[in-house]
Amino acid sequence: MVEKTLVDAIRDAMDEEMQRDENVFIVGEDVGQRGGVFRATVGLFDKYGSNRVIDSPLAELSIVGVGIGAALYGLKPVCEIQFADFIFPAFNQIISEATKMVYRSNGEWTVPMVIRAPYGGGIGGGLYHSQSIEAYFTHAPGLKVVVPSTPYDAKGLLKAAIRDPNPVLFLEPKKGYRLIKGEVPEDDYCVPIGPANISQQGTDISLFAYGMMHYYALQSAQKLASEGISVEVIDLRTLIPIDKETILNSVKKTGKALIVHEDNLTGGYGGEIAAIIAEHAFTDLDAPVRRLAGPDVPAVPFSHPMQDWYMINEEKITNAARDLANY
Amino acid sequence: MELSSELKKEMYWMMLLSRRLDERAWVLHRQGKIAFHISGIGHEAAQVGAAFALKKGFDWVTPYYRDLALMLCLGLTPREFVLSLMGKSGDPSSGARQMPSHFSLRRVNAVSHSAPVATQTVHAAGIGLAIKMKKEDKVVLTTIGEGSTSQGEWYEGVNWAAVHQLPVIFLVQNNQYAISVPPELQMAVKSSADKACGLGLPGITVDGTDVFEVFDIVSSAVERARTGGGPTLIEARMYRITPHSSDDDDRTYRSREEVEENKKKDPIILIRQKLLDTLVVSEKELQEMDSNAKEIVTEAVKFGEEAPYPSFEEASYPVFVEDVRNG
Repeated sequence: MVEKTLVDAIRDAMDEEMQRDENVFIVGEDVGQRGGVFRATVGLFDKYGSNRVIDSPLAELSIVGVGIGAALYGLKPVCEIQFADFIFPAFNQIISEATKMVYRSNGEWTVPMVIRAPYGGGIGGGLYHSQSIEAYFTHAPGLKVVVPSTPYDAKGLLKAAIRDPNPVLFLEPKKGYRLIKGEVPEDDYCVPIGPANISQQGTDISLFAYGMMHYYALQSAQKLASEGISVEVIDLRTLIPIDKETILNSVKKTGKALIVHEDNLTGGYGGEIAAIIAEHAFTDLDAPVRRLAGPDVPAVPFSHPMQDWYMINEEKITNAARDLANY
Repeated sequence: MELSSELKKEMYWMMLLSRRLDERAWVLHRQGKIAFHISGIGHEAAQVGAAFALKKGFDWVTPYYRDLALMLCLGLTPREFVLSLMGKSGDPSSGARQMPSHFSLRRVNAVSHSAPVATQTVHAAGIGLAIKMKKEDKVVLTTIGEGSTSQGEWYEGVNWAAVHQLPVIFLVQNNQYAISVPPELQMAVKSSADKACGLGLPGITVDGTDVFEVFDIVSSAVERARTGGGPTLIEARMYRITPHSSDDDDRTYRSREEVEENKKKDPIILIRQKLLDTLVVSEKELQEMDSNAKEIVTEAVKFGEEAPYPSFEEASYPVFVEDVRNG
């Protein structure tokens, strides 16, 4: 095993899958010679050629729509949306087409594709290079939504996503691309889409997070441990389908639940987790379910003081978790 | 290309069968036996001409909701169409999940489409890309109404095909109305084919009431696409003789005189006369074909009426490929 960054693990996954299956190809803006603006596809153009690493026109809906067409034909597109903020032109293709194809054709047509999108703020990206977009897509049955938070999971989940026969939205915490490092096996492995991961066992509260927030959640748990508070950290990893069992088992053990996401609060995915807990673990709760989320402003502002005000960080999570533990 | 009498008769037969089936759908609607119909009356020549230019079951098609004649040519049976009209079990397009005329027929590479217009244009580009990547000699035909060429998705799909010289034939069926809105409020050019020069592909306008002319033009485009010559944009012009759908009242936006005047260019009347004038058929043969068509349509309706509805449980699947149930 070698230590890798999150983005390198993602590239390894694509490289290995392209080598394994000649039907896998990459399409997106600047993914070719440039290797992607985040360098997620670097080296793949030279290795697989312009036929399988395709620089698309600067038009996101057709990155996805052309991907859908190729998937209908039997190929396996990995579509890159340069920033998740730019996915909305493709919303119609994802919602009206990709998510509904299997249902509306009664299984005659399938869309085996992956849409990769770097998401999240804290990188000075302002309103349109910082958004978290998951809530728009977790509402659409027919689409799997995956958010890795470690290099190991990023590689294994992306390989699983590429092999999945359904459309998968693969959201990558871009702030963690080079910040998050971890051991990644060189060999072929998949991390199944669906199960959450208990990344730290604990007894006082359950802390549910994904992507970048999971990275901070682990730091918070460590800090709180020194204060004598035992935090169980659950990395959701997959938002759709959601691992209800792991969530509920944890809440039954701790009696307290804190859900953290960087996306804004109202209509955010945390509401779904809270509802699952309220419906199925109400009598196990020793405190109200808490959500810590981005504020309800349209997006993350550019200037640092304002950006910092928006972003959820280790300190905010620690404070919220401590409050809940002391309830 | 000089067509044999047999082929001419076959084309006429498909136009006639489509017309009689379409007319019966209107009757069924007025009788309260079906909930909805969207018609292709007036479009038969364009669709049959295009369909006969393809290798059926080899080439691919991403159709739209007026393509009854096209679908019949590809192999949709009148019985199957009636099942979809009535929302009955066995509808091959969607298992009666979609409204009627939202075609799909996997066995002949006719791809499922939705109701938001122009999404299928981008899929055609993706299928064309896949064909090119696989170095195969198939082509894709995609159809659309002239109003839908106002969509950004349409431009993006055509642009992709032009940039990558994909084997796609874009067939616009300009029937003079997008529900109530005339072409001059859709585009500043005389024909949607004129848009081709801005996108870098050949654009041709053809009389869509002349099945043989459409066949010639589409055949050349297919030949060009099949041999690596890239895409073609074709506008076939006709008149939408019926209201937009069974829910539309076209008296609110066009005069009866206008409709009556345009019925003189009904493609069925035109081809009948042409076949008689050129001694391809006799009056007697035409009458026989009429009564055959009537018999087939009547039998299909009877079949549809006797067919069961799907059970409500079928509404719950398939959301993902894992949920697909066969048979």
